[in-house]
Amino acid sequence: MTQVAEAQALGLTASELGRIIDLLGREPNSVELAVFSLLWSEHCAYKHSKKLLRKLPTEGDRVLMGPGENAGAVDAGAGLAVVFKVESHNHPSAVEPFQGAATGVGGILRDVFALGARPVAVLDSLRFGDISTPRTQYLLERVVAGIGAYGNSVGVPTVGGEICFEPPYEQNCLVNAMCVGLARPERLIRSAAAGPGNVLVLLGALTGRDGIGGASVLASAELGEGEEDKRPTVQIGDPFEESRLIECCLELVGGELLASLQDLGAAGLSSSTSEMAAKGEVGIDVDVSRVPLREPGMEPFEVMISESQERMLCVVEPARLAEVLAVCRRWEVRATPVGAVTDTRRLRVFDGEELVGDMPVTALVDECPLYDLEPAEPEDRLAAFAPPRARLAPGAGEQEAVRAVLSSENVGSRRPVFEQYDCLVGSRTVRRPEQADAAVLRLALDELETDRGIAVSIDGNGRRVACDPYIGAAEVACECAANLACVGAEPLGLTNCLNFGNPEKPHVAWQLTRAVDGLAAACRALEVPVVGGNVSLYNEGPEGPIYPTPIVGMVGELPDVRRAGRSAFGPGDDRMVALVGPFAPSLLGSELARLEGRLEGRLEPFDLRRVKEALDVVRAAVRAGSVESAHDVSDGGLAACVTECALAGGVGATLDLEPLMRRAEVDGRTALFGEGPGGVVISGARETLLELSSRAAAVGFLALGTVGGSAIAIAAGTATIEVSLEDAGSLFESALAERLS
Amino acid sequence: MGSLRPGLAAPEPRPFLMNVPRKTTSVGIVVFPGSCDEQDAARAVRRTPGLEPRFLWHADGDLGGVDAVIVPGGFSYGDYLRAGAIARFAPMMDQVARFAAGGGPVLGICNGFQVLCEAGLLPGALLPNTSLRFVCRQVDVLVEHPRCAFTAECDPGESLSLPVKHGFGRWYAPGQQLDELERKGQLVLRYAPGQNPNGSARDVAGVMNEGGNVLGLMPHPEHAVDELNGSADASRLFGSLAATLGAASPVAA
Repeated sequence: MTQVAEAQALGLTASELGRIIDLLGREPNSVELAVFSLLWSEHCAYKHSKKLLRKLPTEGDRVLMGPGENAGAVDAGAGLAVVFKVESHNHPSAVEPFQGAATGVGGILRDVFALGARPVAVLDSLRFGDISTPRTQYLLERVVAGIGAYGNSVGVPTVGGEICFEPPYEQNCLVNAMCVGLARPERLIRSAAAGPGNVLVLLGALTGRDGIGGASVLASAELGEGEEDKRPTVQIGDPFEESRLIECCLELVGGELLASLQDLGAAGLSSSTSEMAAKGEVGIDVDVSRVPLREPGMEPFEVMISESQERMLCVVEPARLAEVLAVCRRWEVRATPVGAVTDTRRLRVFDGEELVGDMPVTALVDECPLYDLEPAEPEDRLAAFAPPRARLAPGAGEQEAVRAVLSSENVGSRRPVFEQYDCLVGSRTVRRPEQADAAVLRLALDELETDRGIAVSIDGNGRRVACDPYIGAAEVACECAANLACVGAEPLGLTNCLNFGNPEKPHVAWQLTRAVDGLAAACRALEVPVVGGNVSLYNEGPEGPIYPTPIVGMVGELPDVRRAGRSAFGPGDDRMVALVGPFAPSLLGSELARLEGRLEGRLEPFDLRRVKEALDVVRAAVRAGSVESAHDVSDGGLAACVTECALAGGVGATLDLEPLMRRAEVDGRTALFGEGPGGVVISGARETLLELSSRAAAVGFLALGTVGGSAIAIAAGTATIEVSLEDAGSLFESALAERLS
Repeated sequence: MGSLRPGLAAPEPRPFLMNVPRKTTSVGIVVFPGSCDEQDAARAVRRTPGLEPRFLWHADGDLGGVDAVIVPGGFSYGDYLRAGAIARFAPMMDQVARFAAGGGPVLGICNGFQVLCEAGLLPGALLPNTSLRFVCRQVDVLVEHPRCAFTAECDPGESLSLPVKHGFGRWYAPGQQLDELERKGQLVLRYAPGQNPNGSARDVAGVMNEGGNVLGLMPHPEHAVDELNGSADASRLFGSLAATLGAASPVAA
């Protein structure tokens, strides 16, 4: 094989190989070529997205660490920092769902404790195909089992998430995992290697052949036929190893025994050593013959690019080495000195005495060519996607429609999924799944227990982003911020995972560009800095690309966690229900439209400023205890939103949407099922809500009715719906339960 | 941002910040590699007036004079092989067995319950849930009687709201042994009718030894000591332990 062919087999282009030869001043050997091919892959180098990501705002008063570190960090007050990040594990999960999802959780945990933070929560955002297909049921079952198996046994609660089922994800499911950790800000540790002469110590699991070619082969190309063949490239997780690794690393960081710490993720030792060296502006020598192997006879290049899980790399001063090794022994964590920090600014790979690779660090990390996207708006935005399968006759009445919406797999209860996750370990969980729009955790670490809290939420809506990438992406950020407002939390920072198709295709490039613009605009309006994230491109199966799916994870703060909001209607007498915000319902891109088999390539524009002002009012009301429930209008519109509040509280409601129909100039059906940002349903004592109404008038306040009775009865002009609590409950609970049995 | 709003009640005083008397009653919490809920157990002990937690490392061979022992929840040794099967061989478990034989109070929660069964300190075995799935859910648990170190202050029939979170929680004993355990009152905790999350025999949630000083249960009392986390009902169980030990309440001291 010629070197060009060899390079192309590894995913490099001929011109990229030429550039490598220029940078080295000679042809790379096989070790060097393997290392370059991974570090210059889309997954590691972000070569199609780096320029675009510069558009996102990253500055904020509370930001402690922004993009560039293993995870972002913000100041949560009370002497604690919140560290968080979301990352994708889509292709491995599509090929081997259990291990793909499990190692997705393991990987994102390591990103967080690599900063010295204790992981305290995991959230997941999942996308699967049509729920009725055997493949979807298999992927759903195994992905959920994998997340549970890893998260539960590692002792980190899974406190929230979201799932959606749409045909474009049939072959290429999405598994995005977000981890949230807590640390003392002064103890946060960076990954930059420092101090020539310091020792490089590899911690954790043995290195095997698993995951070889994972980052470049799986994450940087479309999924094709015969994916089963790639199952061996999916890594295998060992949560027990991870649990000891977490405790061990936190003890090492707490004892200030480390100069730097880095996880081994995609591209294994290659990327961790070069990133540590690049950030520290130093060099690193690594001896592959000292790396403890799981199987004999591994080639040096295999050791360098293995993606074996549960491994960390740290830099230790020689004087501290004995102490470090003792802590590792106590936790039964393997610790092996495998190299040293140098002042050469080169990554040198040795196999014993023999030098088998020698590369300038900057060439590996900074010199990868970046590509400009060539976006072109397609004539038909939805041409790439088959229309959704119609399940509701076009003429079906509202009564029939509400039943279809409540039992939709995209609206109904997620209980069969979240009950498989431990949401409690750590004793911080104040709001569990289905108790509120966002998970709420008490801010507590070790002996420090405060009355402050954080709220976390993760969201996305690929279908709406496909209809209009700019508006859709902005809506996702608003939805997350609304979830936080409903529990009384103010956003501190945002992390995102951009799941898109092949960026070399002009219409995907257009989706990506517009979505990032929309996200950036929303972040600015909501005043939330982006502190980290991940890009997952080439999400395409043989039938085409996925819906463009930016996933947003947001962390907010609560000054008093005892005042955290709920979504359930309260039990008291004379309780009023109202709608706060500029919400203008539209059936474009809605769940009802999907059930009717309709999808149009546009969404209603909205005013970000007005949404922000409305959320400010909601947050203040929740914090002041003026409302008993707050729940934002989302999939399924007001009908679904109100039903969820009623079911959670075990009490009905009687509403009239006439004021909304008048204000938004929409018909009854649209008022019932229309969607859009900027709407929060609140309830509380009549007097308190009337008091609130004068303050909230400027952002939109409509009294809609009262809490009470044992049915949800909503009038909307000539359209009306009435569903008993019992009926609504069984529709809502059956949506997923029937598929997960 | 940052300060409490005026008009809110002052934060609850925390037990560990109180003026604790010098002589306290200590509860040892065994820590294995893979334990998950040991900090939660420590927090629950700390919130119980008169009790203070002390961690016991699995590899050590000394209980350090603790007055009671908790074997906490989690996945000791990854639950590889079988839940609790490896942990029972830890040096610390020999000490716990000796302590239990001498009448010392021992509480096994979830994985700790599995360890105690594996170690032969409690009868029966824990099998996979009938659903074959992990389940995390709040359930009501009924206390049969107060003749146990951990239910001494409970009323017979008292209902406690506790969370379960396990994949291997179906307690099982053969029929004849079951009748005998029932007769001796060892089936001390049961799930409320219709709420059994795992298919355990006779809705058993917790079992004690004949002496009533060793209790194992699948629900997590350490996650039910604070209304903010969903329930404070298990304070009755930890309070019972304090009463059994005659722990001086630091408030009264």
